[in-house]
Amino acid sequence: MAQSLDRLRESPSQTAGPYVHIGLTPNFCGIGGVYASDLGATMVNDKTRGERIGLSIRVLDGTGTPLKDALIEVWQADADGLYNSPAELRGAADPNFLGWGRCPTDMDTGLCAFETIKPGRVPFGDGRLMAPHITLWIVARGINLGLHTRLYFSDEEKANAQDPILARIEHRIRVPTLIADRTGDIYVFDVHLQGEKETVFFDS
Amino acid sequence: MPAESGSNRRPETGAFFQRDRTWHPPALTPNYKTSVLRSPQKAPLAFDNTLSEISGPVFGHAMLGELDADLIHNFARPGESAIGERIIVYGRVLDERGVGVPGALLEFWQANAGGRYRHKKDGYLAPLDPNFGGCGRAITDEDGGYGFRTVKPGPYPWPNGPNDWRPSHIHFSVFGHGFAQRLITQMYFEGDPLIWHCPIARGIPDRAAIETLIAALDMQATIPFDARAYKFDIVLRGRRSSLFENRLEGN
Repeated sequence: MAQSLDRLRESPSQTAGPYVHIGLTPNFCGIGGVYASDLGATMVNDKTRGERIGLSIRVLDGTGTPLKDALIEVWQADADGLYNSPAELRGAADPNFLGWGRCPTDMDTGLCAFETIKPGRVPFGDGRLMAPHITLWIVARGINLGLHTRLYFSDEEKANAQDPILARIEHRIRVPTLIADRTGDIYVFDVHLQGEKETVFFDS
Repeated sequence: MPAESGSNRRPETGAFFQRDRTWHPPALTPNYKTSVLRSPQKAPLAFDNTLSEISGPVFGHAMLGELDADLIHNFARPGESAIGERIIVYGRVLDERGVGVPGALLEFWQANAGGRYRHKKDGYLAPLDPNFGGCGRAITDEDGGYGFRTVKPGPYPWPNGPNDWRPSHIHFSVFGHGFAQRLITQMYFEGDPLIWHCPIARGIPDRAAIETLIAALDMQATIPFDARAYKFDIVLRGRRSSLFENRLEGN
C-alpha cells in the first residue's frame, strides 16, 4: 500500500427540483420580507462601464417545449475583459459590475431576460484571447447536475473564428449552438437540452 | 482584488480538479421521469478550466440579514415561530483537498414540517405554516464553517411513480471560489428509510456517494430542551496548485 492522498470526494449533485425559486429567488415566487431583493436580479447600475445589452434566453426540452421552471445564472467579465474575482490578477475590474446574475425562466413563457453589458475579451491559458462570451449555468427539475455552457455573440465573427474553445468543437455544425443572435440590443439564445440542435455543454 | 478579508493568503488561481462524473448522478436517470426529456445526450466538451471557470463572484457577509440563518423566525410574525421539530444544521464547506472554504455562500430551501412547500406549484394536502417561508442563507467563516436553525422538513408524495415519496431533505446551493465549483445538492437525514426508495437520491450510482449526503444526528451539538443538531459537510472540487504552471498573469 502507498501513502494515502487524503483526498475527499466532491459532494454528489442533486436536482434543484421544481421549487428552486424558494431558495434562490424567493421574492419572485411570492415569499417577500425575508430578503430585500432577489440576489443577482440586477447586474448593472448607472455607473457600470460598457455597452448595454439584453439577453433573452430560453431552455428547451427534447420535444422543443420551453422549460418554465428552470433557473439560469450568468458569469462574465467586465467591458475590459476583467473578472470581479480574487482569481483575477491582471487588474481591478469595474467596481460597479459584479459580472454575475441570476434569473428564473418566466412561469408562462419560459423566457429569461438579463440586462447586462457586453464583456471584453479574456485570455486563454496560453495568452491568446478568447472571443467575448458569457458563462451560463442552468439548473431545473429533471437536471441532475447543473449544465455549464457559454453564450458567444453573433456580431463577433472574427473573434469567434479565433476562439480556442469554439475551435475544439469537432463537429463544426454544432458551433452555432453557442452563438446568440443579435436583434437590436438584444441577443437571443435558445439552449436545446436534446435533439439535433442540442447545445454544446461543457465538462471543464 | 484583495484576498478574502481576514486572510493574508495569496488568492489561489489554479484550475480545479477534474470532476468525477461517475460519482454524480448521470444526466439520464429514467426512474426519475423528468430527466428523460431534459438530459443532454451528446458528450460534453472537455477542456481545462480557463479564467472564466477559475474565477467566481464573492458575496460579502454584509449582505446577510440578522435572521437569514434562522428559518424558524425569518418569515414568522413577530413573537411567533414555525411549527415543527426544531433542529440546527451545521457543518463545513471543504474542498477535495480537505481544506475549508471560507466565504462560501450557501442558500438553502425546504418544505415545512408537514412536507408542504410555499410555492404555487405545490398542491399537497398538508397545510402551509403561516410562520414558515422555507428559505435561508449563510456565508462560511474562516474555517469553512456554517450553521442555521430550522424545523425538520416533512416527507411528501410527488408525481413520478404512482406512489413515490421524497425523503425529508433540505436543498443546498453552494458557491465556492470559482464558478466551476458551483453546486446544488440535497441533504438527507440519518435513519430515514425513504432515502433508499427515492428515485432522485438513487440516481446517484454509488451507495457510498449517497451516504455522503446524509447528515448525522449529533447529540453533542444539540441545545438541551430546545433543538437537536445535524452535521452536514459539503465538499467542493479541489484546486490544483499553480506553483509550476504557466501563469496567466506571467504572460
